[in-house]
Amino acid sequence: MTEDRKQSSLMDDGLDDAELDWHLLKSWETPRGIWKVIATVDHKIIARRYIVTAFVFLILGGMLAVAMRIQLARPEARILDPDRYNQIFTMHGSTMMFLFAVPVMQAMALYLVPLMVGTRNIAFPRLNAFSYWIILAGGLLLWISFALDAAPDIGWFAYVPLSGPEYGSGKRADIWAQMITFTELSALAVAVEIVVTVFKQRAPGMSLDRIPLLVWSMLVMAFIVIMAMPAIVFASSTLILDRLVETQFYNPAAGGDALLWQHLFWFFGHPEVYIIFLPAAGMVSTIVATFSRRAIFGYLPLVMAFIATGILAFGLWVHHMFVVGLPRLGESFFTASSMAIAVPAGIQIFCWLATLWLGRPVFATPLLFVIGFIVTFVIGGLTGVMVASVPFDTQVHDTYFVVAHFHYVLVGGAVFPLLGAIYYWFPKMTGRMMSERLGRWAFGLIFVGFNLTFFPMHILGLLGMPRRVYTYQPDLPWGGLNLFISLSALLLVSGFLVFLIDVLVAWRSGEPAGPNPWKAATLEWATSSPPPAYNFRRIPVVDARDPLWRYPEELAVTAGLRVDRRELIVSSVVEALPEARESSPRDSIWPFWAAIATSIMLIGSIFTPWAVVWGSIPIAVTLVGWFWPKGTAEDIS
Amino acid sequence: MKERAVLDVSKLPLHGLSTASPTWWGTCAFMLIEGSGFALAIAVYFYLMSLAPNWPIDTPPPDLFAGTMLTLLLLASIVPNMLVSRWAKARALAKVRVGLIVMALLQAAPLALRIFEFPAMHVSWDENAYGSIVWTLLGLHTAHVITDLIDTLVLTCLMFTRYGDNTRRYGDVEDNCLYWNFVIVVWLPLYVCIYWVPRL
Amino acid sequence: MKSTSALLLLALLVSGCTGAQSILNAEGHAAIELKELILWIICVCAVVWLLVMIALVSALVRQRDPDGGAISERKAAVAISGAVGATVLVITGLTITSFYTTRALSEASPAELTIDVTAQQWWWQFTYVDANPTRAFVTANELHIPVGKVARLRLKSSDVIHSFWVPSLAGKRDLIAGRENMLTLRAERPGIYRGQCAEFCGLQHSHMALFVIAEAQADYERWAERQRGVGAEPTEAEAVAGKAVFMAKQCAACHTIRGTKASGTTGPDLTHVGSRRTIAAGLLEITRGSLAAWIADPQTLKPGNNMPLVPLTGDELRQLAAYMESLR
Repeated sequence: MTEDRKQSSLMDDGLDDAELDWHLLKSWETPRGIWKVIATVDHKIIARRYIVTAFVFLILGGMLAVAMRIQLARPEARILDPDRYNQIFTMHGSTMMFLFAVPVMQAMALYLVPLMVGTRNIAFPRLNAFSYWIILAGGLLLWISFALDAAPDIGWFAYVPLSGPEYGSGKRADIWAQMITFTELSALAVAVEIVVTVFKQRAPGMSLDRIPLLVWSMLVMAFIVIMAMPAIVFASSTLILDRLVETQFYNPAAGGDALLWQHLFWFFGHPEVYIIFLPAAGMVSTIVATFSRRAIFGYLPLVMAFIATGILAFGLWVHHMFVVGLPRLGESFFTASSMAIAVPAGIQIFCWLATLWLGRPVFATPLLFVIGFIVTFVIGGLTGVMVASVPFDTQVHDTYFVVAHFHYVLVGGAVFPLLGAIYYWFPKMTGRMMSERLGRWAFGLIFVGFNLTFFPMHILGLLGMPRRVYTYQPDLPWGGLNLFISLSALLLVSGFLVFLIDVLVAWRSGEPAGPNPWKAATLEWATSSPPPAYNFRRIPVVDARDPLWRYPEELAVTAGLRVDRRELIVSSVVEALPEARESSPRDSIWPFWAAIATSIMLIGSIFTPWAVVWGSIPIAVTLVGWFWPKGTAEDIS
Repeated sequence: MKERAVLDVSKLPLHGLSTASPTWWGTCAFMLIEGSGFALAIAVYFYLMSLAPNWPIDTPPPDLFAGTMLTLLLLASIVPNMLVSRWAKARALAKVRVGLIVMALLQAAPLALRIFEFPAMHVSWDENAYGSIVWTLLGLHTAHVITDLIDTLVLTCLMFTRYGDNTRRYGDVEDNCLYWNFVIVVWLPLYVCIYWVPRL
Repeated sequence: MKSTSALLLLALLVSGCTGAQSILNAEGHAAIELKELILWIICVCAVVWLLVMIALVSALVRQRDPDGGAISERKAAVAISGAVGATVLVITGLTITSFYTTRALSEASPAELTIDVTAQQWWWQFTYVDANPTRAFVTANELHIPVGKVARLRLKSSDVIHSFWVPSLAGKRDLIAGRENMLTLRAERPGIYRGQCAEFCGLQHSHMALFVIAEAQADYERWAERQRGVGAEPTEAEAVAGKAVFMAKQCAACHTIRGTKASGTTGPDLTHVGSRRTIAAGLLEITRGSLAAWIADPQTLKPGNNMPLVPLTGDELRQLAAYMESLR
């Protein structure tokens, strides 16, 4: 029977472009209808969902920040009570880190990596669909608990014993811990997809030294996720066990230890910064090259710097613990390693500057955001060098100086490039251009508003203002600066509003973009905007780092793939030599049901440990449904 | 943009095995995730040990019998496991079917021994941090054994259906064998930790 | 941008000198060293930032010559290598500097005074240790030390993690249940230095302040001698009545007033509460009125704190406040 099907299969070589498009669309397109949309495994649709969801969480998290700034604008304000305030700052940190920053960076990878490596879908597309529903459930869990006034109030770091069974009242800490499990599950799944897509699905000829820098950065990010996230999953699970079944991991009276939590948390928490920053570095590399009108200078040093950052990221976690009283020798080691990460960061900055120097910069909005990035990120990096010094840190640790520092790193270092990246890839994702005029306004307001909001926080820290306070007393000399910061925050918010308006307007009625509006070099610009469900009519063949600059007129492609089933090329890891014509799974509703079953089990286990037992049965059933062959053409080999 | 066909891929196989298969890489990635988890759990074990004035805390070291038998059983299962993997590579359907049934039994047997391992610790999970970490180590590994057992059972059923005789399924069988080897290999440091480190 | 930063700098200078709780207002041995290090590192980093900005601006606006790509690429490679080399030098320098500062700060000078600090939600207990146990005494939220003498603090927590931080005197150090940490203080000049908890510790983390009062040795001795004594017997009629109220109501179950039967240990020792500057861990300056306000409604003033609202009549409240004030 298999032989028969093979005979009757429809290949792409005998068809003209229009016929080919028609057949490919029939095989790859997500049909209309709510259940079909839920069942889709198209990486672009899922990535778009991810991005929109992440931005919704950014808006929610931003509203929390505004609420905090209103409360802190004057001393002893009573707009928020301490309980609400503690929930709000916990929600702000948790939302921004777990529901915005990590997912949005991974989502950009989900959208761009398959296009940039020239394949038709992400590896494990059903796992991808699953990961989205899981993170959505985690986000809903957290935000519904907030709406019910039962949100976590223990900080995004959830230090024991404050989050432990004795002091963390109600289910708040458990909700936090399970939200972590949801988001990490999703992040780990996406990381595996990225690694396998980059390793095995690159276009023929895209050897390791021809991979676009964004893809390199996403690959390193995915490896950091794989190595770092188990730590937080272990930590949050043991926290729940301590709270639910009275294990003693964190109880010093029974041989446990409060600092164990901090080690585990920061073993994840510090690499987390690079999980967010490295994708941004990839975006910057891409934008700098395109708008300098030349290839990136220092491709190899940049790749090495990404990898070095990824490795060093695991040797720094103790610098979050410089005031807990660890042995001095250990502290000195972590000072040295924390300072050392400035070297790969420096290499990246210098290569980007050299590219700008050697090229002919075009000051479009994406490049403006990159320039803003360099200005602010260097400040954040340098204050990072400062807090890496143990004695320096003993004064500024847990003050507003640190708040300023990590907002410079995360907003300056990651959100600025992300906004630039949105301006840059929006035409590809939607087929429409965003407005240059509004883009300049958005950039100007965000850049000025950001600096006016966060720079004074350095000074507040030096003036002795600790973090995570819901108010401060009138006789302390912090009132003026706090008011100034709160007012500046409005400017920052207005910048984001302009950005959102620009997105909405452009989505409805932006100028048509065409396949390659920026005249960029990488493969995602070789297909139409937005790309068809199958990404490329024919899989490209690559023999250069900047294929579209090398051959602007003509794209070298493969022939010989089937079009009556979802099929793509699997290639070798180093040289990207084609190895197999692999089928890519069809749409399936099972990942959705598996996510529902998993959510029920995880949320149930907030209340009873037995949920892990009975909750596993539906998960197993849905997984069998997921993997059981359906006799479609994709199952044949 | 104009397209120019330069490479004909129609002669490529429809599904690669081992390093040519994305699923194989996916399995490896998940083993890396779980391996990190196990490494971390072992690190926590030693961390807690370094804090305790004596280890195990207020209990004698665990009884060796059940754990050692389980270790031997796991090691013994490597041989049939590798055979199944080899038969899958050779696409020997009948042998794979029998082999999977044997493997399912060999994966269920450790669970019976595992039941006796928990009481052999002489400590409950909620007594102290030592109890918590050894129960967690055992629980973590048990979860992996159960997962792989279920996977093997489903795969065994699948091999008896019309979907069985298919490169993709043979690839799944090989990946399943790979994963079982992983479950065995991670047990060895856990075994040393749980049973022998307290005797040092 | 420029004028704002100038303004901010001005604000920094002005408030830096007057702030009671500021890294820049360094009056302790450690804080002075740290301030020097901090300003030095900030200067170095500011120069680095300026250099990068100069490079950025010139990269963006420089005149482009029509050819010569290859030559400039080689130049760029040299420039990058140089910049990376400079980065390595700078961070090595900073690492060594910070290492030596740490070493200088942790050189053990013999302590002349040992104080056990026990942090709890949301106040500080100070136990002045003495070789002769009868000379030891307990107080709360206000630490007195003699100027120029090394005080060794043994830091403990009886609940969650807190952090002891008096920026004008020294860097911070956490207090962790199940562990004991050490911090030494040496004030170089007399003064009142504010500090506050620097590790998030729950609802009232914001209101967990303390004051360190550095005074001349003689003043310190006088203060300590008085603290060792039992609570003053009230003389004023209202205060006498207040003492009776204190003993009759729940107050005595949580608070100690040495020399009376009140010996609770849940709340701060009140033996000399009237001599302190503030109540409720820096929340209010002590006056008879603020004492009454605090006792009348602690949950509105410091929501979530562990002091319950004890129902009292207006008279009882006034009497109690008078008694508290008399405990000098």
